[in-house]
Amino acid sequence: MSDAYLELVNSGVTKTLAKKLGLPRPAHLRRTDPAAVDTPLIPGRALVIGEGPDTDAVARTLLGWDLDVHRNVPDGRIGAVVVVLTDLTRPEQASQRVLALGSVLRSLAPGGRVVTVSRAAGPHDEPAVAAVRTGVDGLLRSIAKELRAGATGNGIVLGDQISPDAPSAVGALRFLLSARSAFVDGQFVHVNTADGVAPADWTRPLQGRVAVVTGAARGIGAEIARVLHRDGAQVLGVDVPAAGESLASVMNQVGGIALQLDITGADAAARIIERARSRYGRIDIVVHNAGITRDKLLANMKPDHWDSVVAVNVHAQLRMNEAFLATDGLSPDGLRLVSLASTSGIAGNRGQTNYGFSKAAVIGMTRALAPRLAHGAGTANAVAPGFIETEMTARIPALTRQVARRLNSLQQGGQPVDVAETIAFLASPQAGGINGEVLRVCGQNLVGQ
Amino acid sequence: MPSTSSPRRAAVIGSNRIPFGKAGGAYANATNLDMLGAALSGLVARFQLQGERLGDVAGGAVLKHSRDFNMTREAVLGSALSPQTPAFDVQRACGTSLETVTAIANKIALGQIDSGIAAGVDSTSDAPIVVSDRLRRTLIKLSRAKTLPDRLKLVASIRPGDLAPVAPDVAEPRTGLSMGEHQALTTLKWKITREAQDEIALASHTNLAQAYEDGLFDDLITPYRGLVRDESLRSDTSAEKLAKLKPVFGKGLGEGVATMTAGNSTPLSDGAATVLLGTDEWAAERGLPVLAHVVDAEAAAVDFVRGEEGLLMGGAYAVPRLLHRNKLVLADFDFIEIHEAFASTVLTTTAAWADEKFMVSKVGLPPLGKLNPAVLNVAGSSLAAGHPFGATGARIVGTLASLLSRAKQARPDGGGVRGLISVCAAGGQAVAMILEAA
Repeated sequence: MSDAYLELVNSGVTKTLAKKLGLPRPAHLRRTDPAAVDTPLIPGRALVIGEGPDTDAVARTLLGWDLDVHRNVPDGRIGAVVVVLTDLTRPEQASQRVLALGSVLRSLAPGGRVVTVSRAAGPHDEPAVAAVRTGVDGLLRSIAKELRAGATGNGIVLGDQISPDAPSAVGALRFLLSARSAFVDGQFVHVNTADGVAPADWTRPLQGRVAVVTGAARGIGAEIARVLHRDGAQVLGVDVPAAGESLASVMNQVGGIALQLDITGADAAARIIERARSRYGRIDIVVHNAGITRDKLLANMKPDHWDSVVAVNVHAQLRMNEAFLATDGLSPDGLRLVSLASTSGIAGNRGQTNYGFSKAAVIGMTRALAPRLAHGAGTANAVAPGFIETEMTARIPALTRQVARRLNSLQQGGQPVDVAETIAFLASPQAGGINGEVLRVCGQNLVGQ
Repeated sequence: MPSTSSPRRAAVIGSNRIPFGKAGGAYANATNLDMLGAALSGLVARFQLQGERLGDVAGGAVLKHSRDFNMTREAVLGSALSPQTPAFDVQRACGTSLETVTAIANKIALGQIDSGIAAGVDSTSDAPIVVSDRLRRTLIKLSRAKTLPDRLKLVASIRPGDLAPVAPDVAEPRTGLSMGEHQALTTLKWKITREAQDEIALASHTNLAQAYEDGLFDDLITPYRGLVRDESLRSDTSAEKLAKLKPVFGKGLGEGVATMTAGNSTPLSDGAATVLLGTDEWAAERGLPVLAHVVDAEAAAVDFVRGEEGLLMGGAYAVPRLLHRNKLVLADFDFIEIHEAFASTVLTTTAAWADEKFMVSKVGLPPLGKLNPAVLNVAGSSLAAGHPFGATGARIVGTLASLLSRAKQARPDGGGVRGLISVCAAGGQAVAMILEAA
């Protein structure tokens, strides 16, 4: 799905014209080259701002990835700035580091990154501590809105006692710096525990993992299958029998298994488990991507429009999860569940009461599953896409679509691969300490958080 | 060779076909190669065969363009299978893909290969049109002519009449009669009623529709070009609707004796089907299921040219011989699949099996007895699904293997669960096969 406006403002005469008129100029985002994953990790030098052991730890991590790391403002293009704020205890202490960041923003390369590392505020914190920690929320979200040329700003929020060296803190840092997080902007990743392990090969973190992807025949689901495969996973793709032709084509591209079934069927999970067990003996990752829309104003809603959306988008997931969790030995290293939520489930959307209900329900389900899965070393997380360029959004009337695309800090719609990258990260071994999160992939959409 | 003395039996691991289309329907612009490729692609994705080097692939079509001389190998090259997978083409009219299953199963049983795919395809929409023999000879000479005057002379020799294309038909070359007219003679001889034929046709549609509802085809069919179910299937047909149709074959045989209609005769169709075969070990290594084993197969042919026997009566000979060799009787089978070229083919074949005089004098074996209609074509057959000639055998093997596996799971200690297939074919031929649940 192409964005003609984005092409126009980035080439030739129309580029100059757009500049002169001060029109919004969305940039081509830096995305992963499947032939050279994470290379380069960032488009220039790395600057680490901060003091103390946590800052040193972050700098060491970046050095471990062979980045050109600086502690003072360097000359030339800066690919990423990491601002460590974990040691701050009073709001007035933030000034120096924030202004240091401000002084280099003009040197940030296109597709550059700003990442804050801070601590979660809790109800038992001193008021001043809670103030500075929570202040980072407003700071980072505002910075993200000031960045241009495809640069993004995101934060890592560490739980109590969690070191910046924890596998998921390191994993989140790498994800947010890399091209994988192209359309993730203005978001915080909460690292709650020290669980998770760094992968042997950062470019293939899912090596040896078995992933089930529902709705894998097209759009976001097909891209999830491709990215999981690129990251090393074996993929079992599921879709309704009617979508079998494209499902077969996608599975043949990724060397996966095509399983035609309706996830609302009573035996859906049993058939998935049977196929995965006989072939691989296990399931490590389940991506609940299958979803439908039946948009109607509530005043015009027919029972079938409501019921079918709820059945596919949330009821089927609940039922399948029960079966996955009840099957002994299915996930020896812990089950990683990732569900597709939506910004419609967070901020609501006119004409989508059924969809918004189902997607908010997915968020509730994810949060409730998180502690249960944590017992078996698993996690449950959700990804909430904003405006993504798919066949589904291509059907939105042209003008509405143009407006919807520009309503975020990156001034464009995301690509299915952006959603897939985030899912692959949450399913990866290094994300074991991230649980019960709803991570938005929305280019910092103006609605909701 | 009886199965018990065979060193190993080929396993039917699974199958895939595309929904069958009506002639000029959903696949009007698809070639045999396109359809075979699509069916193969679905099979590869279902069983994760990407990059696998299989022992062999046998496929075939009845109506085939000369450019498709190496059709099956071309389909393999266009698939995600390893390009090192060999392939060959086979043609035995409507028995083509039952013959490819036999060929691959035999290679596996003999230990020559561990795995293979048997396939078949046909398009009546993209049938080859042949130019007249005179024009063809002139064109060949033209390509060899060296000088301009020679060429001009040859071009000038072409007459308007030479340009009329010669379309293929389904008439028997030796009798000039179409298959339907041949079967009309057999129908009359065996005194098969219109009602009995319509009953077979209705059951075919009802059973096929039910099988779709039961999800039987979720693991057997991959949609293609927007077609999700067989295009000929009419789940809303009824005895009344079928009874209203006018006869199309046998109209010249006398007043009121024509009984064969468009409803109880198979429509011309487009489609492709594939079956994955292998040894039990090959399947186990890949965590793949074994649905059934190929026990034995038999081909037969009859002398229809001099009217000694009906064109499509080969099954009346192939099946008794096959059962006799395997020491089995009809009652030993839980499922019997008789290809519905016409509803009356099923009825004349089963009538012959039960007819003592026919069996003793013509086949030289005791009669097989009456067929239990409850085991016949329980998931529908060609009348409802359609009949792309080369694809029918593989369709039936795929469906039957799944039915056998399901039945076996329903009664795991119930002993052998067997299925019988009989497919009649042009040229007075037939192929029969026995499958047993794994």
